[in-house]
Amino acid sequence: MLKLEDCRIGNGAFSVTADLQIAPGSKLAVIGPSGAGKTTLIEAIAGFLPLRQGRILWQGQDLSDVAPGKRPVAMLFQDGNLFPHLTVAQNAGLGLRANLRLTAAEKLRVQHALERVGLGDLAARKPAALSGGQQSRVALARVLLQARDILLLDEPFAALGPALKAEMLDLVAELAAETGATVLMVSHDPQDARRIADQVVLVAEGKAHPPMATAELLDNPPPALRDYLG
Amino acid sequence: MARRAQPVSALPGAGAALLVAALILGTLAAVALRAESARGFGASDWAALRFTLTQALLSAGLSVGLAIGLARALARRRFVGRSALIALLGAPFILPVIVAILGLLAVFGRAGWVSQILMFFGLEPLQIYGLHGVALAHVFFNLPLATRLILQGWQEIPAERFRLAAQLGAGPRAMWQLLEAPMLKRVVPGALAVVFAICLSSFAVALTLGGGPRATTLELAIYQAFRFDFDLGRAALLSGLQLVLTGLAAFVALRVSAGDGAGAGLDRVVRRWDGGTALARGLDGLWITLAALFLLLPLAAVVAAGISGLLELKASVWMAALTSVLVALLSTVILLLLALPMAAVVALGRSALIEVAGILGLAASPLVIGTGLFIVIYPIADPFALALPVTALVNAVMALPFALRILVPQAREILGRYGKLSMSLDLTGRAFVLRVFLPRMRAQIGFAAGLGAALSMGDLGVIALFADPEVATLPLQIYRLMGAYRMEAAAGAALLLLVLSMGVFWIFDRGGRWHAEA
Repeated sequence: MLKLEDCRIGNGAFSVTADLQIAPGSKLAVIGPSGAGKTTLIEAIAGFLPLRQGRILWQGQDLSDVAPGKRPVAMLFQDGNLFPHLTVAQNAGLGLRANLRLTAAEKLRVQHALERVGLGDLAARKPAALSGGQQSRVALARVLLQARDILLLDEPFAALGPALKAEMLDLVAELAAETGATVLMVSHDPQDARRIADQVVLVAEGKAHPPMATAELLDNPPPALRDYLG
Repeated sequence: MARRAQPVSALPGAGAALLVAALILGTLAAVALRAESARGFGASDWAALRFTLTQALLSAGLSVGLAIGLARALARRRFVGRSALIALLGAPFILPVIVAILGLLAVFGRAGWVSQILMFFGLEPLQIYGLHGVALAHVFFNLPLATRLILQGWQEIPAERFRLAAQLGAGPRAMWQLLEAPMLKRVVPGALAVVFAICLSSFAVALTLGGGPRATTLELAIYQAFRFDFDLGRAALLSGLQLVLTGLAAFVALRVSAGDGAGAGLDRVVRRWDGGTALARGLDGLWITLAALFLLLPLAAVVAAGISGLLELKASVWMAALTSVLVALLSTVILLLLALPMAAVVALGRSALIEVAGILGLAASPLVIGTGLFIVIYPIADPFALALPVTALVNAVMALPFALRILVPQAREILGRYGKLSMSLDLTGRAFVLRVFLPRMRAQIGFAAGLGAALSMGDLGVIALFADPEVATLPLQIYRLMGAYRMEAAAGAALLLLVLSMGVFWIFDRGGRWHAEA
């Protein structure tokens, strides 16, 4: 269980409150107007933003003082998910060891992960030599290798075309099903939510609401969401 | 509020800044303690202060005045070699002072090219030593810098304004009032202050072209008090005065200066519709030609005079060259060890104080630090035995402000762009530095190292203070050859120094960008 207990997350003068629970293995979309605090919520779970009050727990363990890289969390950002000076295999390999001193067995695992996302023969390339979709796949291969319990997505596929984005979301859903990860995905597109999320966390007016079933919420939106959806 | 997590620690940078501050302020304190025992100012000290201010004012006025015309001509003309000329304007920064002086002597000296032409017509040869010689050398170094600063101002006038002015049918006078005068009012004070501050701490120029009671700068007076009279109290007193002066000037320069002249896009031509008359074209052409000749002829003279001497260089010159290369490399290593952690901390946005420590290097004068170090070292060890490491250290501190200007923007970019990703991957500390920070800083590290190495290679400052007759860097060796009137050998060694300085800069800068990924 991912539990946000009476949290207030500060980001400069702006703050977001959250008091909610998320069941392990579920897939959630975080939606709401821009500037409402979706990214703030996600970054607090990832450990980039300090809590002004409350605490965040995963399976009963308090994460509040755990450094971002030590949390059971993998995260994909809006952009810049790959290091341009490292090869595809090195970028993925960071998911196993940050210092990239990989054993032969680990290198094999990296290769398998790249094959899993369909990039088996591009391991030696640099990101600049890849298409946008291929770059996303490298980042996903790394997520697979990280094998963390929680996967946070901050609109990493926003720059891709609609078809490619759908393809990536399906791949995320597949990978999450394989690893059993809990997925939280920031999106401003209700279609994304319908595509892979069974539940939705609505963030509006400085408050993150407890998860609700996707179809129910989108078909019958409360006022705050209705204003946003139009 | 809890602190935000960061992928690198601020500690090493804070330590480096502390070291720099301790070096600059500690030597200052050592000097100040010593200065109390001095007898107060004598007539020659006041003369040194007067001359320092006079030559700096004259140099700043001339450099900036000429730069206005040159920048204007460069801003509105296109011609073959324009970008090459603008690139050349950046070269004096890494040109060893002693090399430029030999070049200037070959052109403007008593037996130089200009004097020979004058004598051919039965006129008196030029007299280069004294105030006007010092000013001439300072203009040679600072005209390019001032031109770059002012050219930047010209380029920053939006193209739309020129279009609008042309549309309104503005003549040269109206154009001046509408666009150029307001821009110059904004840019010129900064350029004046920067050049003035640089000329205040002139040592090598005054050492070679000045001298005597009527043409001694404070820095030179410190050197003489130290070297000839071994009067530490007087050296300390002069050092204190020099420090107050440069500190004030650096403060003013930083307050009023708009840009640093290193901005990209200086070779862009502003499209203009004025200045099409034959007279305007002719005047602009004259400016550009004269400036190019003024900058290129001394360099050409060094090459021409040096080539024959290069083949007959003595072993002592090669020894000095080797020493210089080693000092430059050591200085570059120290520079990077100080600058990289400091750049990381500044990029973290942690502390403006760290930046202040870097800027202190601008206000501090090498001879003051040198004097202070001597006072500190003297009771515990033989300062002359430490001449080379001390030179490398002081050179590194003097290059630090420039290195920080190069490194900080990219460090900011790296931490902004890859900081969170790295932390989410637990890629922090040593692994972050080795895998992300250094690889992505490569081009900037190369550039900064090149500048640092070239500046150290050409430096003729602390080494003159500390060196005993057995030890010499190449610039000092050249100075000694000049002092012995062995001009041919000096010219050969100067060409060698020119090649080495430009060479180390090129190798480092090129190495940083070699196979660098986007």
